[in-house]
Amino acid sequence: MNAPISRLFAVVLLLFAALVAFTSRWAVFDAEALRDNPKNRRGLIEELRVKRGTIRAADGTLLARSEPAGAGTYRRVYTEAAKLLPHVIGFSDVDLGRAGIERSRNDELSGNAGELDDLVDQFRGGTERGDDVRLSIDLGAQRAALAGLNGRKGSVVAIEPATGRVRAMVSLPGYDPQALLRRDTRAPLDRDPDAPLLNRATQAGYPPGSTFKVVTATAALDSGRFQPSSVVNGDSPKEISGVPLANSGGKSFGDIDLTTALTNSVNTVWAQVAEKLGKGTMSDYMRRYGFNSDPPLDYPRDQIFASGEYRDGALLPPTSRFVDVGRMGIGQDKLRVTPLQMAMVAAAVANGGELMRPTLTRSVVDPDGRVVDSVDPERERRVMSEATAQNLTRMMENVVREGTGTAAALQGIDVAGKTGTAEIVRDQDINQPWFIGFAPSASPKIAVAVTIERSQGGQGGTEAAPIAKQVMEELLR
Amino acid sequence: MTERNRELLGLIPAALLVTAGFAAVFVQRDDVLTDVSLTYGGIFLGLCFVAHLIVRVTLPHADPYLFPLVATLACFGLVILYRLDEDLAREQAQWFVVGLLVFAATIISLRRDVRVLERYRYVIATAGILMLLLPRVPGIGEQVNGAYLGIGIGPISFQPAELAKIAIVIFLASYLRDTRQVLVQGSHRILGVPLPPLKHLGPLLVVWGAAMVLLVFIRDLGSSLMFFGAFLALIYVATNRLSFAVIGLALFALGTWFFASTVGHVQDRVDVWLHPFDDKLYDAPGGSYQMLQSLFAQGDGGLFGRGFGEAIINLPGGGTLLPAAHTDLIYAVIVNELGLVGACGVLLVYLLIVERGFRVATLSSDSFSKLLATGLTAVFALQVFVIVGGVTKLIPLTGVTLPFVSYGGSSIVANFVLLALLLLVSDRARREVKGLR
Repeated sequence: MNAPISRLFAVVLLLFAALVAFTSRWAVFDAEALRDNPKNRRGLIEELRVKRGTIRAADGTLLARSEPAGAGTYRRVYTEAAKLLPHVIGFSDVDLGRAGIERSRNDELSGNAGELDDLVDQFRGGTERGDDVRLSIDLGAQRAALAGLNGRKGSVVAIEPATGRVRAMVSLPGYDPQALLRRDTRAPLDRDPDAPLLNRATQAGYPPGSTFKVVTATAALDSGRFQPSSVVNGDSPKEISGVPLANSGGKSFGDIDLTTALTNSVNTVWAQVAEKLGKGTMSDYMRRYGFNSDPPLDYPRDQIFASGEYRDGALLPPTSRFVDVGRMGIGQDKLRVTPLQMAMVAAAVANGGELMRPTLTRSVVDPDGRVVDSVDPERERRVMSEATAQNLTRMMENVVREGTGTAAALQGIDVAGKTGTAEIVRDQDINQPWFIGFAPSASPKIAVAVTIERSQGGQGGTEAAPIAKQVMEELLR
Repeated sequence: MTERNRELLGLIPAALLVTAGFAAVFVQRDDVLTDVSLTYGGIFLGLCFVAHLIVRVTLPHADPYLFPLVATLACFGLVILYRLDEDLAREQAQWFVVGLLVFAATIISLRRDVRVLERYRYVIATAGILMLLLPRVPGIGEQVNGAYLGIGIGPISFQPAELAKIAIVIFLASYLRDTRQVLVQGSHRILGVPLPPLKHLGPLLVVWGAAMVLLVFIRDLGSSLMFFGAFLALIYVATNRLSFAVIGLALFALGTWFFASTVGHVQDRVDVWLHPFDDKLYDAPGGSYQMLQSLFAQGDGGLFGRGFGEAIINLPGGGTLLPAAHTDLIYAVIVNELGLVGACGVLLVYLLIVERGFRVATLSSDSFSKLLATGLTAVFALQVFVIVGGVTKLIPLTGVTLPFVSYGGSSIVANFVLLALLLLVSDRARREVKGLR
């Protein structure tokens, strides 16, 4: 009977081999599919067990922390100060998912960053605590911007030109991030027609108005086709793309140079300049500034809007036949831009023509206090030559000294800037006032973009420039 | 080196495992290594040592590897249970004491000759069948997941099928020793397949019928597969006729297919097995939730696992994520925490036990001992196959235990009896081989 016993053992070996095969199937080969299965709640439960790192402002003020919620889980708590920048922080919630820095820095905050760390953590028995994130945002500047907007819908973005660090990012209306985490207080925020959850600084596409003339001027000077002293006829109206275009108030300026044309924001001059440069050159310089693509901010992609010409909700290349290049050159046509993009325009001019990568994170620090990521400044690209930047700065200084932007002037400090007033509903006099600029113009420390949504009769010079002034004053103190 | 010294040395890995295992659980919990916790391991190893002494005195020539392998599994199971729930581990440790007492009692009462069991084969068979039917007796029967496997008398819950499997193997071994000659004789061929005379197919058909009744009556596909599989293994070894096994298997498949498509409960289990990702089945009571959670737990484990104490068993708000983690799905917990590698290690230990069991059978000289060792080993191997196969969705999931690892008093006691019987057969066989009658 021994032979059948041996064969029986062979059968058992086969059966056990099948067990190993099926265990391998689930534990290894199909593991990823099982992890991604929506019925698998392990990932979400796991997140609750991690003590997420804190989020702090540039000065160290606590904005977000995790506190124990029983049974080895944690809950997110947002502080009073977090109300100053809810859109930047975002949220982290089992039901809602994540947004803002909570999302773009999730790997660090939840302690998933770094291969070596993972190994060590596995040995120690899993990750228990995430890294802390410090933002580059200055709460004083946030307060100044909020005070300046004073409840009006709009946005302010301030960037340090030499580093790309975002020092202020305000979007109004805001919200209390703690209220967002509670079901009962979340619903009204979701339904609010004023869209408080939208980060207007990065997600809202507004017509830029005359602030876009800075881009046109960059193309004009840097291409070598124009000088600040080049003379163009500024009479009104002028035929642009076969349709008459008028200056603000229908004023005719005669033959003027480009400096004067920028100072007085003469539409007909800049439209002619854009037409002469052509779509190719305009497109080139827009791309250099970052138009037509998502700004490389450390912020979730789906909360970022690419600035540019839009037709039926789709981004058009500036060389498209649907583009009226003359009107685009003065910030009209189908341009939709974000305050972040316009702040990047100001920052590039301020930084001698070099665009730095904008960042919201100042540093990432692990629970033991070691700096994991110092988020060093990164050059994005050179937009224009240093000489062009200097010429443009002088022209923009003139705007604030004696042109449309005098309200942004600071005591004892030279400010360079450009106003803009896009007409939203002409017959009701509803405008989108803008101001972009930087200071001190000799060695710029801060660049800003300010805009107000649907202002009744407001002008860039009177409504947006004073807010820019307050924010720059706060950041230059 | 004598068998018993080898056995003693073999306990060292078990000792290391229990120490390392508890240490891992403590480190994970950031606990201090308290006196209480260390005494756990100490007492357990003491128990193993006592069992070793009993074997040393009563069965000096028995197989030296079986007991250390079992002790390794038991230690491992205890650590896993301790990690799931300290109270469960304490109860399991108490059951180990009971199991070892029964182990000692079995050895001492049968040490003269295990073949006395043959005299009581009909009593044992009746007892086995009655035990199988007990869970359907109103008042004490318990239904779990639609299957009738357990009985509850007061606070004690018991799975009589665990003991019944041994009783039935004893009966079959004894019955087949008598009839194997008859079964082999006078076979004729149909389509080239040698068939035994129809009248001798009778017992086969009776046992097949019993397995089918089991399937319908206690509604557990896994248990009936385990019983019927052990029977087929025995009849094959007894007759050396593959035709018996093939016919038996075909009959079983036919019967299972028939009942799976007609009996509601069996049908549900098969549906869950075939379509675990179906939304409706997932949400249904007794649906595929358990099956899917088992797969998710294994997927979470990967190659090397999450480490002792790292698997998610409970929901943060209270309640369980992985149902029956300490019994039916303990293998999923093992894959989750120790990965494919750890699970293969556990399977290897089972395979080694099976190998030793079959070796005991081949060494034995008399037919009853041979068949008894074969049957016990086969039913043990099939039990592992049925539960691990169920957890890994190789076959429909059923509620049998993973021997020596799962929580459960009846499982521990029954499997210690199984071990005692194997050691008894082994001692006699090895003594004969050595010429020490």
